[in-house]
Formats: sequence, C-alpha cells, structure tokens
Amino acid sequence: MTTAQISPDDSRRGGHTSPLDGSPAPSRDARRNHRSWPERVLGRHPVGILFGLPYAVFIAIIFAYPLVLSVYMSFHRYIFTAPGVGVPRPWVGLDNYRTALSDPLVRQAFLNILIFLVINVPLTVVLSLVLATALNSAIPLRSFFRGAYYVPYVTASVAVVGVWLFLFNTDGLVNRLLGSLAPNPSWLINVHWAMPSIALFVTWKQLGFFILLYLAALQAVPKELYESASVDGASKWRQFRSVTVPGVRHATTLVTLLAIVTGANLFTEPYLLTGGGGPDGKSASPVLVLYQQGIEQNHPDVAAAIGVLLVIGVLVIAGIQQLLERD
Amino acid sequence: MRAATRTIAGGLAALLAVGLSAGCSRVHAVDAATAKDAHGPISIWYSNNAQEVQWGKQLVAQWNQAHPQEKVTGQEIPANKSSEEVIGASIVAGSEPCLIYNTSPASVPTFQAQGGLVALDDFPGAAQYIQTRSGDQAAQYKSPDGKYYQLPWKTNPVMIFYNKKIFAKAGISTTNPPLSTYSQFLDTAKKIVASKAAKYAIYPAPSSEFYQSWYDFYSMYAAESGGSQLITADKAVFADQAGQSVAQFWASLYRQNLAGKEAYNGDSFADGVAAMSIVGPWAIASYKGKVDWGVVPVPTSSGSKVGDDHTFSDAKNVAMYASCKNRATAWDFLKYSTSEQADGTLLSVTGQMPLRQDVLGTYAAFFTKNPGFKTFAAEANRTTEVPNVPNSVEIWQSFRNSWSRSVIFGRSPVTTSLTDSAAAIDKLIRKK
Repeated sequence: MTTAQISPDDSRRGGHTSPLDGSPAPSRDARRNHRSWPERVLGRHPVGILFGLPYAVFIAIIFAYPLVLSVYMSFHRYIFTAPGVGVPRPWVGLDNYRTALSDPLVRQAFLNILIFLVINVPLTVVLSLVLATALNSAIPLRSFFRGAYYVPYVTASVAVVGVWLFLFNTDGLVNRLLGSLAPNPSWLINVHWAMPSIALFVTWKQLGFFILLYLAALQAVPKELYESASVDGASKWRQFRSVTVPGVRHATTLVTLLAIVTGANLFTEPYLLTGGGGPDGKSASPVLVLYQQGIEQNHPDVAAAIGVLLVIGVLVIAGIQQLLERD
Repeated sequence: MRAATRTIAGGLAALLAVGLSAGCSRVHAVDAATAKDAHGPISIWYSNNAQEVQWGKQLVAQWNQAHPQEKVTGQEIPANKSSEEVIGASIVAGSEPCLIYNTSPASVPTFQAQGGLVALDDFPGAAQYIQTRSGDQAAQYKSPDGKYYQLPWKTNPVMIFYNKKIFAKAGISTTNPPLSTYSQFLDTAKKIVASKAAKYAIYPAPSSEFYQSWYDFYSMYAAESGGSQLITADKAVFADQAGQSVAQFWASLYRQNLAGKEAYNGDSFADGVAAMSIVGPWAIASYKGKVDWGVVPVPTSSGSKVGDDHTFSDAKNVAMYASCKNRATAWDFLKYSTSEQADGTLLSVTGQMPLRQDVLGTYAAFFTKNPGFKTFAAEANRTTEVPNVPNSVEIWQSFRNSWSRSVIFGRSPVTTSLTDSAAAIDKLIRKK
C-alpha cells in the first residue's frame, strides 16, 4: 500500500490528501489556475464585493478624492471658478507651502493647536478613564451620571458656548468665585489663557463620548482578574493600575487617536468662544485659518497646503503615540 | 497576489464610481452669447430678513402677474455663516440663480475672478441706467476693468444709535447728546460707565471677521477723511492723519474699558449692556418696541453734523450670475425691481435706502410720515464703499488682524500698526 507523499512545503501551504481516495488534493495554486479569470479577479463570492462597494465608493468620494485633490491643489496655483471658466493652474512646487508657513498667523495657529493637544489629549484620556471606571462600578444614580456626562456632547456647540461665555467672561461666575485670583484680562481674552480655556471646554464637551468608549471596553475586562487581584490583597488603586489600565489598552489607543484627530480639526470653539481666534490670534486654529484662506479669500491652494501640513502633523503625532504604546 | 488583485479591482471600481458621479454631476457652462438675448423663467435670491422677504415676495408676485411667460421664482438666500460663502459655493457648483439681491460689494472682485458674474454693461443702456439712478456714487461700484458687475441697489448709512433710557439714567441729554467730537464721545462714554447706567458705552463686535472693521473703523474713517476709501489709486491711504485719529479714539475706548473686548452672545444694545450701537436704518425696525433710541452721525475729531458727513455705506447690491440662461429677462427684472416705484416699496417695507439720487426729495411723503428715517436718508448720498480691488476680502482680513492686535487688545502700538498694515495691504494690492 502506497501512501501519497506530501511534501512539508505542500503541508505548510495547506496541501492535504483527498478524504475519498487518499490521493493528494490539488494545491491552492493548482486550484487557482483552473479558475476562470472573473473568479480569479472577483473571488469565489463576487456578491461580497457588491456589499462592500457602497462603502468603498463612499470612502473614495468623501475622503480619498478630496485628499488627493487637496494634495494636487497644494502644488498648483488654484482658485475655485464657475463651470466652464478656464483659468491656468500651473505647477508652483512648494510655493503654497512657503506662503502658508511665512504667514505668522498660520505658524501661530499650529503652535496653538500643539498647546491645545498637550492639554486636551492627556486630560481627555485620564478623565474619561477615571470617570468611566467610576460609572462602571455600583454607585448611586449611575444611570443619571452616565446620561449627564453625555449631554454636553450631544448639545449644539452654539448653545454650550453661550453657557461658557456666561461662566468665563469678565463678570462671569468663575471670576466672581475666584475674586482677586481671576486673571486680568479675563480667560477668553487673555493671551495666555485663551487656548487652555478652549482645551478645557473641548475636554468637557467631548468627555461623554470618550467615557462611552471606555465603558464599552470595561465590559470586556474579565471580572475574575479583579477577584484574583482582590484575593491577592491588591488595593483599588493597584487594581486600577494593574488590571483596568492594561485591560482597556486598545480603547486608550482609540481614545488618544480620536482626541488627536478631533482636536487637530478644532474650528467651532475658537470661532464662537474667542471671537474667531482672539485675542490677537492666540486661539486661532489651523482649520480656522484654512477656512479664512480657502473659503473667504478664495485661496484654496494655500488652504490646501495648510490642510496637508495638518494631516502630516496629525499622522506624525499619531505615529509617535503608536510607537510609544508599542514600546 | 489574489488579495492584491482584488484590492486593485475594488479600487478601480471605486474610481469608476467617482468618475461616473463626477461626470453625471458636471455642470455645463452657459453660452453667454445665446443667454444674453434669451427670455424665459428665471430665479432670484433675496435676503432672509423678514422685511426683505416681504418686499421680495410682493415684487415677484406683481411681475409674474404681468409676465406669465417669464416667470420669476424668488427665494431667501440659503442659510450659512455668511451669504458670501453660499454665493461662492453656488458659483463653483453652477447652481446660483440669475440675480442675487444680497451681493456684498467686497465680494464682487472674488466672484468676478471666479467667472461667476455677468458684466451688466453687456445690456444696451445698462451703464447709463446705473449712473442715472445712483449718480456719482455709482463710480464706487465699477470694477477695475471699467465695467459694472453689480448694480448699486440699497445703502444702509452707518450711524450711532443711542439708548435714551440709559442716557437719561447717566444724566446725559437725550435730545442733543454730546457725541459729535471724539473728546465729547469719550466723556459721554466715561459718564455712562461710571454711572453704571450700562456696562459699556459701545460694543462693536470685537471678533476677527474681515467685515467687522467696516463698522468700527471704516465708518469713522470715512467721516474723518471726508469720504476717502481705504485704498486710493492702488495705494493704502488709511495710515494718514485721519486713520491715526480714528484708531487712537477707539484704542482709548478699549483701554478704558468703555467698549467690550469679549465676544457677546446676543445683542448688547437690545440687552442694555451697551448704551450705543453702530447701525444702519435697518435697526429702526429691529429695535422697534425694544429700545427707545436716538440717532446721531458717527463722531469726528472736529465735530460731526447730520447731513454733512460721510459714513460707510453698508450697501448690498444686485448682481447677475453666470449660470443665468435667460439673461434678457433677468436684466428686465433687474430694471423693474430698481425702478422708482419698486425702490419706494423697498423703502416703505424695509426702511433701507435705495441707492439712488435724491432719496429725500423723491420719497418726501414717506419721510414726512416716518421722520426717524430722515437722519439716515440725509447721509445716504455721502456714503463710502469698500474699494473695488482684487483680493478685497484678504485685504480687509489683514486690516482686521492688525486692528485687533493694536486697537482692541493693545498688543502693539497703534501708530506703527497702521503703517505696517498699510504696507502689507500695498503688497496685497499688487499680488496677482
């Protein structure tokens, strides 16, 4: 009785014997060679592509095409025109980037957003994790607090900004409570405090969403780990450090990334809270400047350069964060 | 390999979809030569304030009754942060209507550069019609190529509204308040704040939008300089003595906390937070029943007088847009809507001044019946417009940034800030 010899290589690639006659089954390459070309291109279940296609088209139209177009615009002289109006759009190399970076307001805006991220991102991660942990345990009025933290997130920025203006203006509640300790000029018109105030505002407004992400992640942390830690005599703080934090690591990555991306896209808050990036541009964000240049002044080429720089900046920060996390 | 093939196939399919959707949505340009003489239905946009909507609906209904073959469809301009953004986006999309009765003169150079406007001079007798209707003021609305891409329609001469109740509380005359010169204005402002009759004397928006300086700076610069524009003969002129005086005046108000520096969520004048406001005649209807107001011209260093000073026009004009297929009808409707009769309706319904010669004399009956508007009408023939130059919005943004830094927040000396700003704007004028 002879047995078919299966080379280790075939085995590794999934080669196996036929269950009926014991003869070697055709290898994957052999099977592929016998398929028709539509099957080779579209796979054995082309209907899957149909299901996936709408989202692929959505991504292509809403994200990929504008991104590619903005990179194109950033290297050309470009203005928005009416249909059929032919204007030359010559290649200008890095001119738009030079124009953008030589504008003190643009440089200030990038510095501002860095200050914003340094305050907002760590604060968001820490507060949302701590609050989610608290809301995940058996505390009185748990459902109420869960809802309460989410309210600012779903409330229109315009309305919430009104409340903060009331709280943080010169005669606002915060300054009244602080008395002589209140900064002069007040928070939102103070060159040192305007951007940190916005960072605090955004942290508070978005906290509900990030708490929700952490709450979902906390459900996946096995209860047994806490029980074991407890049996081993670990304090609550130790359990938090050694069980909760590692247990929600992937959520932390997501929260950090989302906080960086949404923070880098800051627009509404400086537009409304500090009168369009005041005082003296100290709370202007790159997206606010981009809007002024691209939409108001019809310089979409320079605006595109600012946008590309912003994307690169976010990718670099996110990359560094990923590297640090991996280590 | 197979995965890569499939990814490429998916990518190609997506690209095909993008191409197809772009192809389907491509808008073809209107043939200008054919459109110029074409009659037929048109659409128009007007402003979304209640009075102008009423005026627009009334006018459209009247026209449609008389011209059933050339039906006009009117609608409010779609809501957005500003009308200019909506118009700019619709030009690019090729979806703008034939006429927009809310075209800001500052945006005309941009719309023109986009190829979004029709030169009205293309229609026989158009230039003459515009000049006869608006007189010498029409020249301010000519583009650098010598053509009219906008019909000067209505003006809102900017003046100072004051709250009589607050003035009375501060012990200031409510019939003849001392607000004519800068020193009088400052003294009055100090009295208001010191008496705690109001938190601030005046509260122009301290925000960074490019157009905010039209109200705080430009109205007073026009008055102080005798009607000079920001730019004359392709040169920024506002750093002159007149500009310096105006800037120093405002810097004093801010330095002494007589004017608010923070964003205000609401209407500071209606709420009684500020005793004065810089407004046009539209404010009469807006503050009716809310504030017992009085009105005076903007101050000058040597003293202002009703009917003797210049101010910022705050005009809104009508422009014809490139997507219009029936331009002959659009031009006919444009003339119809700016006739003496239609302008009279505009005045009586909205209280805004038609940008035509001798408004006071032409509509004497209206002003006898509504004396509150007389003061504004007296200023209407001496209004100064924003300069019609390329990069207009960028120029005003540059000015605003400099104004915020030096005048509002006191972070750089006013004198050098104005000269530096003028130098920066000179560069923008030359920028192609």
